[in-house]
Amino acid sequence: MAYIPVKRPKFSILDRIYVVELVKGLGITLKHLVLSLLGKSRSKKDFNGAGVGACMPFPEQRWDSHLPSYYRGAPSLVRGEDGRERCVSCQLCEFICPARAIRVVPGSVAPGATAAKQEKAPAEFEIDMLRCIYCGMCQEVCPEQAIFLSQQYLITLTDRKQAVRNKEQLYRLGGIRKGLINKWNQYK
Amino acid sequence: MDTILKWCSDVLSNPTWFYLLTTIAKLVLVFAVILAFVVLSVWIERRVAGWIQDRPGPNRAGLPLFLFRRFGSKEEQPLKKLLLYLGCPPDGLIARLCRWLRLDREVPTFGLMQPCLDGGKLFLKQEITPSYVRKLYFILAPMLVLGPPLVSAAVIPFASWVQTPFGEINMCVANLNIGPLWVFAVSGLSVYGLTLAGWSSNSKYPFLGGLRATAQLISYEVAMGLSVIPLLMMFGTLNLQEIVQSQAQNGWTLLPFWGEGLSVQRWILCVPMLISFIMFATCIFAEANRTPFDMAECETDLVGGYHTEYSSMKFASFFMGEYAAMVIGSALVVTLFLGGWSIGFGIDEALASYNEWLAVLCQLVIFLFKLLAFIFFFVWVRWTLPRFRWDQVMKLCWLVFVELAVLNIALTAVIMYFIH
Repeated sequence: MAYIPVKRPKFSILDRIYVVELVKGLGITLKHLVLSLLGKSRSKKDFNGAGVGACMPFPEQRWDSHLPSYYRGAPSLVRGEDGRERCVSCQLCEFICPARAIRVVPGSVAPGATAAKQEKAPAEFEIDMLRCIYCGMCQEVCPEQAIFLSQQYLITLTDRKQAVRNKEQLYRLGGIRKGLINKWNQYK
Repeated sequence: MDTILKWCSDVLSNPTWFYLLTTIAKLVLVFAVILAFVVLSVWIERRVAGWIQDRPGPNRAGLPLFLFRRFGSKEEQPLKKLLLYLGCPPDGLIARLCRWLRLDREVPTFGLMQPCLDGGKLFLKQEITPSYVRKLYFILAPMLVLGPPLVSAAVIPFASWVQTPFGEINMCVANLNIGPLWVFAVSGLSVYGLTLAGWSSNSKYPFLGGLRATAQLISYEVAMGLSVIPLLMMFGTLNLQEIVQSQAQNGWTLLPFWGEGLSVQRWILCVPMLISFIMFATCIFAEANRTPFDMAECETDLVGGYHTEYSSMKFASFFMGEYAAMVIGSALVVTLFLGGWSIGFGIDEALASYNEWLAVLCQLVIFLFKLLAFIFFFVWVRWTLPRFRWDQVMKLCWLVFVELAVLNIALTAVIMYFIH
């Protein structure tokens, strides 16, 4: 049994004349037209649509409030609850990054910091948003849970230089992450 | 002043000059209306396509208000100031309504600017004439596509006639006694445009597209000519103005609701008329090269079809030619089957006896309205039906339409024999 013969449907004479089916089809499209003109298109809610049709009129209406939690936006660096920079500049993200968007310059921790055992922290951390492909591998590979993909999807540049985000910008985007990691404090 | 008026009346009293001047005026009007309708039908096409697919369509291109600032208006937000001046609170219902209509950002045109801007874009694009084409025919082809629809519009009556002190003005550029034949003959010329475009491009996809277009257009011309014969048998004339006039008196071909149209015989004749309408409308779809019959330019198997090698304004004239053909086709269907300029129910005659100029104006508006409605139908069909296969298109024409048209002629002849 190499193949299974497909049974073709038998068309009645009415189907073959085509005019009735044509009118039915016109009815369907007209229904869509009227509904979208009235602003009652199906699945409008899912698209956060407004006005005519199911579409979201973008600059006025945005995804922000109901982006799915798994949405992968621009990568960002996070601080712990105690304000500690989680990144220990191991550079794994730099190595794994398939687009080579990340550049880390390792440095030492400021003396007198809470996590003195940490020893290293990034002196510079740059992500080139023109190279980034939002794959999330940096987040996956990070042993310190320091880099996360944020939900930022609107990246509008007027200049190539703006595409490179430095450490300060990345920390501002990431903010503070809940959940204490005790690995590096003095009690451990 | 008196001398000028006297000179004018002298010029108009001369029949030759009167004829010339009125014809030029009508020509300009028809030309402007068609070009405006080409733009409008592009807009209708895109908007209706959007609505059918649950999208808004192109609704953003308006006249942005920052342009006014550039031209010297110091107001940052003219609307806000205006609303405050009128005493509307900035959070009130009116202000919110205005904001919803985007009145604070632009003068709304509901996207009507879009086709104009598209035209401008095409005008400014780089014009590429590939080195391997046959130059003369390559340049000739777009003209041959855009020209015929504009020429064939000459016989379409867009209103009735008016009596002036200097003579009668017939609201039809050329009141020929061979109306539909003229349209068929001239619009048949656009086949040359498509063929030449396909052949002179010297590239295989345009060539195949041109071949398909030729075969399709020539075949459907036969079916189209045969399908209107029952109608011409009923009216007994080929003059489009007279056809519309008799429709105004005795009811439209498909909707005989007044005058002599209310008789039983006329309603029996509606059956062949309906068949002939369906066939004629389908043939017009095929002639205008529109989906479901756009064999000549299907992206999947022919790239861009016959205009693959064209760019910039040459491509735009193919584009405009297609839409002009659609406008003229709609005008012909409206004229033959849906009463042309007639308002119906005997209103035409009442208006004409009141004031002929008013009647003509109303008829023009009604005609354009009908035209818009049929263009909408054109677009509606396009976004409903899937494309036919090539052999199905040919089969539909030669095995169905031609036979059906001949049978329809026979049917009409039998009915008319028994009626009279």
